[in-house]
Amino acid sequence: MQLITEGLWIVAKIAMILLPLVLAVAYTTYAERKLIGYMQMRIGPNRVGPKGWLQPIADVVKLLMKEVIVPSGANKTLFLLAPILFIAPSFAAWAVVPFDAELVLADTNAGLLYLLAMTSIAVYGVIIAGWASNSRYALIGSLRSASQIVSYEIAMGFALVGVLMAGGSMNLGDIVAAQNGSALHWFWIPLFPILVIYWISGVAETNRAPFDLPEGESEIVAGFHVEYAGMAFALFFLAEYANMILISILTALFFFGGWLNPFQGIPYLEAATDWVPGTIWLLLKAAWFLFMMIWLRATFPRYRYDQIMRLGWKVFIPVTVVWLIVLTFWIKLEWGWWFDGRGIAALGGAS
Amino acid sequence: MSKWKHYFKSYFLTELRAGLWLTWKHLFKRKVTVQYPEENTPQSPRFRGIHALRRYPNGEERCIACKLCEAVCPAAAITIEAGPRESDGTRRTTKYEIDMFKCIYCGFCEESCPVDSIVETRIFDYHFEKRGDNILTKEQLLAIGDRYEVMIAQDKAEDAPYR
Repeated sequence: MQLITEGLWIVAKIAMILLPLVLAVAYTTYAERKLIGYMQMRIGPNRVGPKGWLQPIADVVKLLMKEVIVPSGANKTLFLLAPILFIAPSFAAWAVVPFDAELVLADTNAGLLYLLAMTSIAVYGVIIAGWASNSRYALIGSLRSASQIVSYEIAMGFALVGVLMAGGSMNLGDIVAAQNGSALHWFWIPLFPILVIYWISGVAETNRAPFDLPEGESEIVAGFHVEYAGMAFALFFLAEYANMILISILTALFFFGGWLNPFQGIPYLEAATDWVPGTIWLLLKAAWFLFMMIWLRATFPRYRYDQIMRLGWKVFIPVTVVWLIVLTFWIKLEWGWWFDGRGIAALGGAS
Repeated sequence: MSKWKHYFKSYFLTELRAGLWLTWKHLFKRKVTVQYPEENTPQSPRFRGIHALRRYPNGEERCIACKLCEAVCPAAAITIEAGPRESDGTRRTTKYEIDMFKCIYCGFCEESCPVDSIVETRIFDYHFEKRGDNILTKEQLLAIGDRYEVMIAQDKAEDAPYR
Protein backbone atom coordinates (compact mmCIF):
# COMPACT_ATOMS: atom_id res chain seq x y z
CA MET A 1 0.00 0.00 0.00
CA GLN A 2 2.74 2.40 0.94
CA LEU A 3 4.57 1.47 -2.25
CA ILE A 4 1.51 2.42 -4.32
CA THR A 5 1.00 5.78 -2.63
CA GLU A 6 4.68 6.54 -2.95
CA GLY A 7 4.63 5.59 -6.63
CA LEU A 8 1.55 7.71 -7.27
CA TRP A 9 3.17 10.60 -5.47
CA ILE A 10 6.23 10.34 -7.72
CA VAL A 11 4.04 10.19 -10.83
CA ALA A 12 2.20 13.28 -9.59
CA LYS A 13 5.51 15.06 -9.11
CA ILE A 14 6.64 14.10 -12.61
CA ALA A 15 3.37 15.43 -14.00
CA MET A 16 3.92 18.64 -12.05
CA ILE A 17 7.19 19.13 -13.90
CA LEU A 18 6.21 17.85 -17.33
CA LEU A 19 2.84 19.53 -17.79
CA PRO A 20 4.18 23.06 -17.23
CA LEU A 21 7.15 22.08 -19.37
CA VAL A 22 4.96 21.09 -22.31
CA LEU A 23 2.99 24.28 -21.89
CA ALA A 24 6.22 26.25 -21.74
CA VAL A 25 7.37 24.57 -24.93
CA ALA A 26 4.15 25.55 -26.67
CA TYR A 27 4.52 29.15 -25.64
CA THR A 28 8.23 29.18 -26.42
CA THR A 29 7.32 28.50 -30.03
CA TYR A 30 4.88 31.39 -29.85
CA ALA A 31 7.48 33.67 -28.25
CA GLU A 32 10.00 32.62 -30.86
CA ARG A 33 7.72 33.43 -33.76
CA LYS A 34 6.72 36.73 -32.21
CA LEU A 35 10.23 37.81 -31.28
CA ILE A 36 11.79 36.84 -34.59
CA GLY A 37 8.93 38.63 -36.27
CA TYR A 38 9.58 41.75 -34.22
CA MET A 39 13.29 41.62 -34.95
CA GLN A 40 12.45 41.42 -38.64
CA MET A 41 10.01 44.32 -38.25
CA ARG A 42 7.00 42.05 -38.70
CA ILE A 43 4.34 41.43 -36.06
CA GLY A 44 4.26 37.64 -36.05
CA PRO A 45 1.19 35.47 -35.45
CA ASN A 46 -1.78 37.54 -34.27
CA ARG A 47 -4.85 35.84 -35.73
CA VAL A 48 -5.73 32.97 -33.39
CA GLY A 49 -7.13 34.42 -30.21
CA PRO A 50 -6.25 37.86 -28.84
CA LYS A 51 -2.76 38.85 -30.04
CA GLY A 52 -2.33 35.30 -31.29
CA TRP A 53 -2.25 33.84 -27.78
CA LEU A 54 -4.01 30.67 -28.90
CA GLN A 55 -1.70 30.06 -31.85
CA PRO A 56 0.33 27.31 -30.10
CA ILE A 57 -2.89 25.55 -29.11
CA ALA A 58 -4.05 25.61 -32.71
CA ASP A 59 -0.66 24.28 -33.81
CA VAL A 60 -0.87 21.41 -31.34
CA VAL A 61 -4.39 20.50 -32.45
CA LYS A 62 -3.28 20.59 -36.06
CA LEU A 63 -0.32 18.30 -35.38
CA LEU A 64 -2.46 15.91 -33.36
CA MET A 65 -4.98 15.53 -36.16
CA LYS A 66 -2.42 14.98 -38.87
CA GLU A 67 -1.54 11.54 -40.10
CA VAL A 68 1.75 9.95 -39.09
CA ILE A 69 3.13 8.90 -42.46
CA VAL A 70 5.55 5.99 -42.46
CA PRO A 71 7.49 6.08 -45.73
CA SER A 72 7.63 2.88 -47.75
CA GLY A 73 11.04 1.33 -47.28
CA ALA A 74 11.35 2.77 -43.80
CA ASN A 75 12.01 0.51 -40.87
CA LYS A 76 8.67 0.92 -39.17
CA THR A 77 9.66 -0.13 -35.66
CA LEU A 78 12.72 2.07 -35.51
CA PHE A 79 10.95 4.86 -37.34
CA LEU A 80 8.33 5.07 -34.62
CA LEU A 81 10.79 4.36 -31.83
CA ALA A 82 13.15 7.20 -32.73
CA PRO A 83 10.97 10.13 -31.58
CA ILE A 84 10.43 8.35 -28.28
CA LEU A 85 14.15 7.75 -27.88
CA PHE A 86 14.71 11.41 -28.59
CA ILE A 87 12.14 12.81 -26.22
CA ALA A 88 12.57 10.42 -23.28
CA PRO A 89 16.08 11.60 -22.28
CA SER A 90 15.22 15.24 -22.74
CA PHE A 91 12.32 14.79 -20.32
CA ALA A 92 14.28 12.53 -18.00
CA ALA A 93 16.99 15.16 -17.60
CA TRP A 94 14.49 17.35 -15.76
CA ALA A 95 14.48 14.94 -12.83
CA VAL A 96 17.61 16.45 -11.28
CA VAL A 97 16.82 20.10 -11.99
CA PRO A 98 16.22 21.92 -8.70
CA PHE A 99 13.59 24.63 -8.92
CA ASP A 100 14.21 25.86 -5.41
CA ALA A 101 16.33 24.95 -2.41
CA GLU A 102 14.08 21.98 -1.61
CA LEU A 103 12.09 21.68 -4.81
CA VAL A 104 13.73 18.88 -6.78
CA LEU A 105 12.39 15.54 -7.99
CA ALA A 106 15.59 13.50 -7.57
CA ASP A 107 18.21 15.05 -5.33
CA THR A 108 21.06 12.89 -6.60
CA ASN A 109 24.71 13.43 -5.85
CA ALA A 110 25.76 12.84 -9.45
CA GLY A 111 23.26 15.26 -10.96
CA LEU A 112 25.84 16.84 -13.26
CA LEU A 113 26.93 13.49 -14.68
CA TYR A 114 23.33 12.45 -15.10
CA LEU A 115 22.61 15.61 -17.06
CA LEU A 116 25.60 15.06 -19.33
CA ALA A 117 24.49 11.50 -19.94
CA MET A 118 20.91 12.44 -20.66
CA THR A 119 21.72 15.27 -23.04
CA SER A 120 24.12 13.13 -25.04
CA ILE A 121 21.99 9.99 -25.19
CA ALA A 122 19.36 11.88 -27.15
CA VAL A 123 21.63 11.67 -30.19
CA TYR A 124 20.61 8.02 -30.59
CA GLY A 125 17.09 9.14 -31.32
CA VAL A 126 18.42 11.41 -34.03
CA ILE A 127 20.64 8.77 -35.60
CA ILE A 128 17.90 6.16 -35.56
CA ALA A 129 15.40 8.62 -36.98
CA GLY A 130 17.77 9.45 -39.81
CA TRP A 131 18.59 5.88 -40.58
CA ALA A 132 15.08 4.44 -40.25
CA SER A 133 13.59 7.06 -42.57
CA ASN A 134 15.37 5.49 -45.54
CA SER A 135 15.97 8.94 -46.96
CA ARG A 136 19.23 10.54 -48.02
CA TYR A 137 18.55 13.91 -46.50
CA ALA A 138 17.47 12.38 -43.21
CA LEU A 139 20.63 10.29 -43.07
CA ILE A 140 22.90 13.24 -43.83
CA GLY A 141 21.07 15.29 -41.22
CA SER A 142 21.42 12.65 -38.56
CA LEU A 143 25.12 12.16 -39.31
CA ARG A 144 25.69 15.88 -39.03
CA SER A 145 23.73 15.96 -35.81
CA ALA A 146 25.69 13.06 -34.35
CA SER A 147 29.10 14.53 -35.13
CA GLN A 148 28.03 17.94 -33.92
CA ILE A 149 26.60 16.71 -30.64
CA VAL A 150 29.63 14.51 -29.96
CA SER A 151 32.04 17.37 -30.70
CA TYR A 152 30.30 19.90 -28.54
CA GLU A 153 29.71 17.38 -25.80
CA ILE A 154 33.44 17.54 -25.10
CA ALA A 155 33.60 21.30 -24.79
CA MET A 156 30.45 21.19 -22.71
CA GLY A 157 31.87 18.46 -20.51
CA PHE A 158 35.01 20.50 -19.88
CA ALA A 159 32.90 23.54 -19.12
CA LEU A 160 30.95 21.49 -16.60
CA VAL A 161 34.25 20.38 -15.05
CA GLY A 162 34.85 24.06 -14.40
CA VAL A 163 31.46 24.35 -12.76
CA LEU A 164 32.19 21.24 -10.76
CA MET A 165 35.51 22.65 -9.55
CA ALA A 166 33.95 25.97 -8.63
CA GLY A 167 30.92 24.47 -6.96
CA GLY A 168 32.81 21.62 -5.33
CA SER A 169 29.87 19.27 -5.89
CA MET A 170 28.02 17.33 -8.55
CA ASN A 171 24.71 18.03 -6.89
CA LEU A 172 22.96 20.89 -8.66
CA GLY A 173 21.49 22.17 -5.43
CA ASP A 174 24.92 22.32 -3.82
CA ILE A 175 26.34 24.14 -6.84
CA VAL A 176 23.71 26.83 -6.45
CA ALA A 177 24.20 26.94 -2.70
CA ALA A 178 27.93 27.54 -3.28
CA GLN A 179 27.04 30.75 -5.14
CA ASN A 180 25.14 32.18 -2.18
CA GLY A 181 26.07 35.71 -1.15
CA SER A 182 25.22 38.24 -3.83
CA ALA A 183 25.01 38.60 -7.58
CA LEU A 184 28.78 39.09 -7.50
CA HIS A 185 29.22 35.74 -5.75
CA TRP A 186 27.70 33.89 -8.67
CA PHE A 187 30.05 31.89 -10.83
CA TRP A 188 29.59 34.01 -13.91
CA ILE A 189 32.56 36.16 -12.90
CA PRO A 190 35.25 33.54 -12.23
CA LEU A 191 33.86 31.24 -14.91
CA PHE A 192 33.08 33.84 -17.54
CA PRO A 193 34.91 32.25 -20.52
CA ILE A 194 33.46 28.90 -19.50
CA LEU A 195 30.01 30.43 -19.29
CA VAL A 196 30.29 31.73 -22.85
CA ILE A 197 31.55 28.39 -24.10
CA TYR A 198 28.95 26.43 -22.18
CA TRP A 199 26.24 28.62 -23.56
CA ILE A 200 27.39 28.38 -27.17
CA SER A 201 27.91 24.62 -26.85
CA GLY A 202 24.44 24.40 -25.38
CA VAL A 203 23.02 26.15 -28.41
CA ALA A 204 24.96 23.74 -30.60
CA GLU A 205 23.81 20.74 -28.53
CA THR A 206 20.18 21.63 -29.01
CA ASN A 207 20.75 22.02 -32.77
CA ARG A 208 19.60 25.58 -32.67
CA ALA A 209 20.50 28.31 -35.14
CA PRO A 210 23.25 29.24 -35.94
CA PHE A 211 24.27 25.60 -35.37
CA ASP A 212 21.17 24.03 -36.91
CA LEU A 213 23.08 22.09 -39.55
CA PRO A 214 21.17 18.87 -38.82
CA GLU A 215 18.06 20.68 -39.98
CA GLY A 216 19.64 22.96 -42.55
CA GLU A 217 16.47 23.84 -44.45
CA SER A 218 18.34 25.31 -47.39
CA GLU A 219 20.58 22.26 -47.89
CA ILE A 220 18.89 19.12 -46.60
CA VAL A 221 15.27 20.23 -46.32
CA ALA A 222 14.69 19.45 -42.64
CA GLY A 223 17.45 17.00 -41.85
CA PHE A 224 16.77 13.99 -39.70
CA HIS A 225 13.05 14.59 -39.27
CA VAL A 226 12.27 15.27 -42.92
CA GLU A 227 10.09 12.15 -43.20
CA TYR A 228 8.16 12.71 -39.99
CA ALA A 229 4.69 14.16 -39.84
CA GLY A 230 1.96 14.69 -37.30
CA MET A 231 2.55 13.55 -33.75
CA ALA A 232 5.90 11.89 -34.52
CA PHE A 233 7.20 15.21 -35.74
CA ALA A 234 5.64 16.97 -32.79
CA LEU A 235 7.69 14.77 -30.44
CA PHE A 236 10.93 15.87 -32.10
CA PHE A 237 9.79 19.44 -31.93
CA LEU A 238 8.78 19.11 -28.29
CA ALA A 239 12.11 17.53 -27.36
CA GLU A 240 14.11 20.21 -29.13
CA TYR A 241 12.33 22.98 -27.30
CA ALA A 242 12.41 21.10 -23.99
CA ASN A 243 16.18 20.87 -24.47
CA MET A 244 16.36 24.58 -25.14
CA ILE A 245 14.54 25.33 -21.92
CA LEU A 246 16.71 22.83 -20.07
CA ILE A 247 19.94 24.43 -21.30
CA SER A 248 18.59 27.85 -20.33
CA ILE A 249 17.69 26.68 -16.83
CA LEU A 250 21.05 24.93 -16.42
CA THR A 251 22.92 28.08 -17.43
CA ALA A 252 20.96 29.96 -14.80
CA LEU A 253 21.73 27.28 -12.23
CA PHE A 254 25.43 26.88 -12.96
CA PHE A 255 26.48 30.47 -13.54
CA PHE A 256 23.74 32.79 -12.36
CA GLY A 257 22.85 31.56 -8.93
CA GLY A 258 19.77 29.53 -9.82
CA TRP A 259 16.95 30.45 -7.49
CA LEU A 260 19.02 32.99 -5.53
CA ASN A 261 17.71 36.52 -5.33
CA PRO A 262 19.84 38.76 -7.60
CA PHE A 263 19.43 41.63 -5.13
CA GLN A 264 20.94 39.63 -2.30
CA GLY A 265 23.26 41.75 -0.21
CA ILE A 266 21.92 45.06 -1.50
CA PRO A 267 20.24 46.96 1.36
CA TYR A 268 16.50 47.75 0.97
CA LEU A 269 16.27 46.02 -2.42
CA GLU A 270 16.86 42.65 -0.84
CA ALA A 271 14.22 43.24 1.79
CA ALA A 272 11.82 44.56 -0.85
CA THR A 273 12.19 41.48 -3.04
CA ASP A 274 12.38 38.97 -0.22
CA TRP A 275 8.85 37.70 -0.79
CA VAL A 276 9.57 36.55 -4.37
CA PRO A 277 9.87 32.75 -4.43
CA GLY A 278 13.17 31.35 -5.64
CA THR A 279 11.45 29.49 -8.46
CA ILE A 280 10.38 32.80 -9.97
CA TRP A 281 13.96 34.06 -9.98
CA LEU A 282 15.15 30.85 -11.60
CA LEU A 283 12.47 31.00 -14.27
CA LEU A 284 13.16 34.67 -14.93
CA LYS A 285 16.86 33.97 -15.40
CA ALA A 286 16.08 30.99 -17.62
CA ALA A 287 13.63 33.09 -19.63
CA TRP A 288 16.42 35.54 -20.39
CA PHE A 289 18.61 32.75 -21.78
CA LEU A 290 15.69 31.39 -23.75
CA PHE A 291 15.28 34.86 -25.18
CA MET A 292 18.98 34.85 -26.00
CA MET A 293 18.55 31.63 -28.00
CA ILE A 294 15.75 33.15 -30.04
CA TRP A 295 17.77 36.33 -30.41
CA LEU A 296 20.73 34.36 -31.74
CA ARG A 297 18.47 32.65 -34.24
CA ALA A 298 17.11 35.97 -35.44
CA THR A 299 20.62 37.38 -35.84
CA PHE A 300 23.08 34.87 -37.21
CA PRO A 301 23.19 32.89 -40.42
CA ARG A 302 23.97 29.20 -40.25
CA TYR A 303 27.59 28.11 -39.78
CA ARG A 304 29.29 26.10 -42.44
CA TYR A 305 29.94 22.50 -41.43
CA ASP A 306 33.74 22.74 -41.27
CA GLN A 307 33.44 26.00 -39.33
CA ILE A 308 31.35 24.26 -36.70
CA MET A 309 33.90 21.49 -36.33
CA ARG A 310 36.77 23.97 -36.21
CA LEU A 311 35.02 26.04 -33.56
CA GLY A 312 34.24 23.04 -31.40
CA TRP A 313 37.56 21.27 -31.57
CA LYS A 314 40.15 23.98 -32.15
CA VAL A 315 38.71 26.86 -30.19
CA PHE A 316 36.36 25.73 -27.46
CA ILE A 317 38.26 22.75 -26.14
CA PRO A 318 41.64 24.58 -25.82
CA VAL A 319 40.01 27.64 -24.27
CA THR A 320 38.15 25.59 -21.66
CA VAL A 321 41.28 23.61 -20.79
CA VAL A 322 43.29 26.81 -20.37
CA TRP A 323 40.61 28.30 -18.19
CA LEU A 324 40.43 25.17 -16.10
CA ILE A 325 44.13 25.64 -15.29
CA VAL A 326 43.53 29.30 -14.44
CA LEU A 327 40.60 28.22 -12.32
CA THR A 328 42.73 25.71 -10.43
CA PHE A 329 45.07 28.47 -9.30
CA TRP A 330 42.15 30.76 -8.62
CA ILE A 331 40.53 28.26 -6.32
CA LYS A 332 43.70 27.10 -4.61
CA LEU A 333 44.92 30.66 -3.99
CA GLU A 334 41.43 31.80 -2.97
CA TRP A 335 41.42 34.97 -5.05
CA GLY A 336 38.35 37.04 -4.40
CA TRP A 337 35.42 35.76 -2.38
CA TRP A 338 34.11 32.94 -4.53
CA PHE A 339 36.06 30.04 -3.16
CA ASP A 340 36.38 30.84 0.55
CA GLY A 341 37.64 27.95 2.62
CA ARG A 342 38.49 25.79 -0.39
CA GLY A 343 42.10 26.86 -1.07
CA ILE A 344 45.52 25.89 0.19
CA ALA A 345 44.98 27.70 3.46
CA ALA A 346 41.91 25.57 4.16
CA LEU A 347 43.75 22.40 3.27
CA GLY A 348 46.61 23.39 5.58
CA GLY A 349 44.17 24.02 8.37
CA ALA A 350 42.58 20.61 7.89
CA SER A 351 45.79 18.59 7.89
CA MET B 1 49.68 43.13 -35.46
CA SER B 2 46.65 42.46 -37.63
CA LYS B 3 46.82 38.87 -36.44
CA TRP B 4 46.43 40.00 -32.84
CA LYS B 5 43.64 42.30 -33.87
CA HIS B 6 41.94 39.33 -35.48
CA TYR B 7 42.34 37.26 -32.31
CA PHE B 8 41.02 40.07 -30.18
CA LYS B 9 38.04 40.51 -32.43
CA SER B 10 37.13 36.85 -32.58
CA TYR B 11 37.64 36.05 -28.89
CA PHE B 12 35.66 39.04 -27.74
CA LEU B 13 32.93 38.23 -30.28
CA THR B 14 33.06 41.82 -31.54
CA GLU B 15 31.23 41.28 -34.75
CA LEU B 16 28.72 38.88 -33.27
CA ARG B 17 27.86 41.45 -30.63
CA ALA B 18 27.44 44.11 -33.30
CA GLY B 19 24.97 41.83 -35.06
CA LEU B 20 23.07 41.18 -31.85
CA TRP B 21 22.90 44.89 -31.17
CA LEU B 22 21.38 45.45 -34.60
CA THR B 23 18.60 42.91 -34.10
CA TRP B 24 18.02 44.26 -30.59
CA LYS B 25 17.40 47.71 -32.05
CA HIS B 26 15.06 46.26 -34.64
CA LEU B 27 13.06 44.59 -31.88
CA PHE B 28 11.68 48.01 -30.93
CA LYS B 29 11.34 49.51 -34.38
CA ARG B 30 7.97 50.25 -35.91
CA LYS B 31 6.51 47.16 -37.55
CA VAL B 32 5.74 47.41 -41.23
CA THR B 33 3.33 44.48 -41.56
CA VAL B 34 0.22 45.18 -43.62
CA GLN B 35 -2.57 43.15 -42.04
CA TYR B 36 -3.99 42.07 -45.33
CA PRO B 37 -7.70 41.39 -45.20
CA GLU B 38 -8.26 44.52 -43.11
CA GLU B 39 -5.49 46.62 -44.57
CA ASN B 40 -4.22 46.91 -48.11
CA THR B 41 -1.20 48.40 -49.75
CA PRO B 42 -1.99 51.35 -52.06
CA GLN B 43 -2.83 50.37 -55.64
CA SER B 44 -2.21 52.17 -58.87
CA PRO B 45 -5.17 52.79 -61.18
CA ARG B 46 -3.09 50.86 -63.69
CA PHE B 47 -3.11 47.76 -61.48
CA ARG B 48 -3.38 44.60 -63.55
CA GLY B 49 -5.59 42.05 -61.84
CA ILE B 50 -8.37 39.78 -63.05
CA HIS B 51 -9.87 40.64 -66.46
CA ALA B 52 -13.28 42.02 -67.29
CA LEU B 53 -15.27 42.73 -70.45
CA ARG B 54 -16.97 46.12 -70.41
CA ARG B 55 -20.27 47.38 -71.84
CA TYR B 56 -21.37 50.74 -73.15
CA PRO B 57 -23.68 52.70 -70.86
CA ASN B 58 -26.62 51.56 -72.98
CA GLY B 59 -25.89 47.94 -72.12
CA GLU B 60 -24.34 46.98 -75.44
CA GLU B 61 -21.15 44.96 -75.09
CA ARG B 62 -18.10 46.81 -76.38
CA CYS B 63 -16.23 43.88 -77.87
CA ILE B 64 -16.38 43.77 -81.67
CA ALA B 65 -14.39 40.54 -82.04
CA CYS B 66 -11.41 42.19 -83.76
CA LYS B 67 -9.19 39.53 -82.14
CA LEU B 68 -6.33 41.99 -81.54
CA CYS B 69 -6.06 40.84 -77.94
CA GLU B 70 -5.92 37.23 -79.01
CA ALA B 71 -3.15 38.09 -81.47
CA VAL B 72 -1.10 40.17 -79.05
CA CYS B 73 -1.41 37.83 -76.08
CA PRO B 74 2.16 36.56 -75.46
CA ALA B 75 0.91 33.59 -73.46
CA ALA B 76 -1.82 32.64 -75.94
CA ALA B 77 -4.29 32.69 -73.07
CA ILE B 78 -7.17 34.22 -75.02
CA THR B 79 -9.39 32.21 -77.35
CA ILE B 80 -11.97 34.01 -79.47
CA GLU B 81 -14.53 32.78 -81.94
CA ALA B 82 -16.57 35.34 -83.83
CA GLY B 83 -19.78 35.41 -85.84
CA PRO B 84 -22.84 37.57 -86.61
CA ARG B 85 -25.20 38.01 -83.70
CA GLU B 86 -28.56 36.36 -84.29
CA SER B 87 -30.71 39.34 -83.28
CA ASP B 88 -29.17 42.09 -85.42
CA GLY B 89 -26.41 40.43 -87.43
CA THR B 90 -23.59 42.56 -85.99
CA ARG B 91 -20.14 41.01 -85.62
CA ARG B 92 -19.73 39.75 -82.06
CA THR B 93 -17.78 37.09 -80.23
CA THR B 94 -19.52 33.77 -79.86
CA LYS B 95 -16.80 32.61 -77.54
CA TYR B 96 -14.36 34.68 -75.50
CA GLU B 97 -12.26 32.70 -73.06
CA ILE B 98 -9.20 33.55 -70.99
CA ASP B 99 -7.17 30.80 -69.40
CA MET B 100 -6.11 32.41 -66.13
CA PHE B 101 -3.37 29.81 -65.62
CA LYS B 102 -1.74 30.87 -68.87
CA CYS B 103 -2.26 34.59 -68.38
CA ILE B 104 0.82 36.50 -67.27
CA TYR B 105 -1.05 39.73 -66.52
CA CYS B 106 1.05 41.77 -68.94
CA GLY B 107 -1.85 44.02 -69.88
CA PHE B 108 -1.20 43.82 -73.63
CA CYS B 109 -4.83 42.81 -74.31
CA GLU B 110 -5.99 45.96 -72.59
CA GLU B 111 -3.47 48.07 -74.54
CA SER B 112 -4.46 46.57 -77.87
CA CYS B 113 -8.21 46.87 -77.46
CA PRO B 114 -9.56 49.60 -79.80
CA VAL B 115 -12.88 49.88 -77.93
CA ASP B 116 -11.65 49.59 -74.30
CA SER B 117 -13.58 46.38 -73.96
CA ILE B 118 -11.14 43.96 -72.32
CA VAL B 119 -9.60 45.51 -69.20
CA GLU B 120 -7.70 44.34 -66.18
CA THR B 121 -9.29 45.32 -62.90
CA ARG B 122 -7.79 45.92 -59.48
CA ILE B 123 -9.06 42.60 -58.16
CA PHE B 124 -6.15 40.31 -57.40
CA ASP B 125 -7.51 38.08 -54.61
CA TYR B 126 -9.59 35.44 -56.31
CA HIS B 127 -9.40 31.69 -56.46
CA PHE B 128 -10.66 28.67 -58.37
CA GLU B 129 -12.16 25.68 -56.66
CA LYS B 130 -12.61 23.18 -59.48
CA ARG B 131 -10.49 22.08 -62.38
CA GLY B 132 -11.60 24.07 -65.40
CA ASP B 133 -12.68 27.06 -63.32
CA ASN B 134 -9.50 28.76 -64.41
CA ILE B 135 -10.95 29.33 -67.88
CA LEU B 136 -13.11 32.44 -67.65
CA THR B 137 -15.94 32.47 -70.17
CA LYS B 138 -17.46 35.45 -71.90
CA GLU B 139 -20.42 35.48 -69.50
CA GLN B 140 -18.16 35.48 -66.47
CA LEU B 141 -15.97 38.23 -67.89
CA LEU B 142 -18.99 40.38 -68.70
CA ALA B 143 -20.36 39.76 -65.21
CA ILE B 144 -17.10 40.95 -63.66
CA GLY B 145 -17.27 44.00 -65.92
CA ASP B 146 -20.85 44.77 -64.87
CA ARG B 147 -20.04 44.38 -61.23
CA TYR B 148 -16.99 46.65 -61.18
CA GLU B 149 -17.93 49.08 -64.00
CA VAL B 150 -17.87 52.11 -61.69
CA MET B 151 -14.37 51.31 -60.45
CA ILE B 152 -13.09 50.44 -63.93
CA ALA B 153 -14.49 53.63 -65.44
CA GLN B 154 -12.95 55.73 -62.71
CA ASP B 155 -9.54 54.06 -63.11
CA LYS B 156 -9.63 54.56 -66.88
CA ALA B 157 -10.56 58.22 -66.46
CA GLU B 158 -7.75 58.71 -63.99
CA ASP B 159 -5.21 57.19 -66.35
CA ALA B 160 -6.57 58.82 -69.53
CA PRO B 161 -4.38 61.98 -69.44
CA TYR B 162 -1.24 59.85 -69.64
CA ARG B 163 -2.28 57.86 -72.70
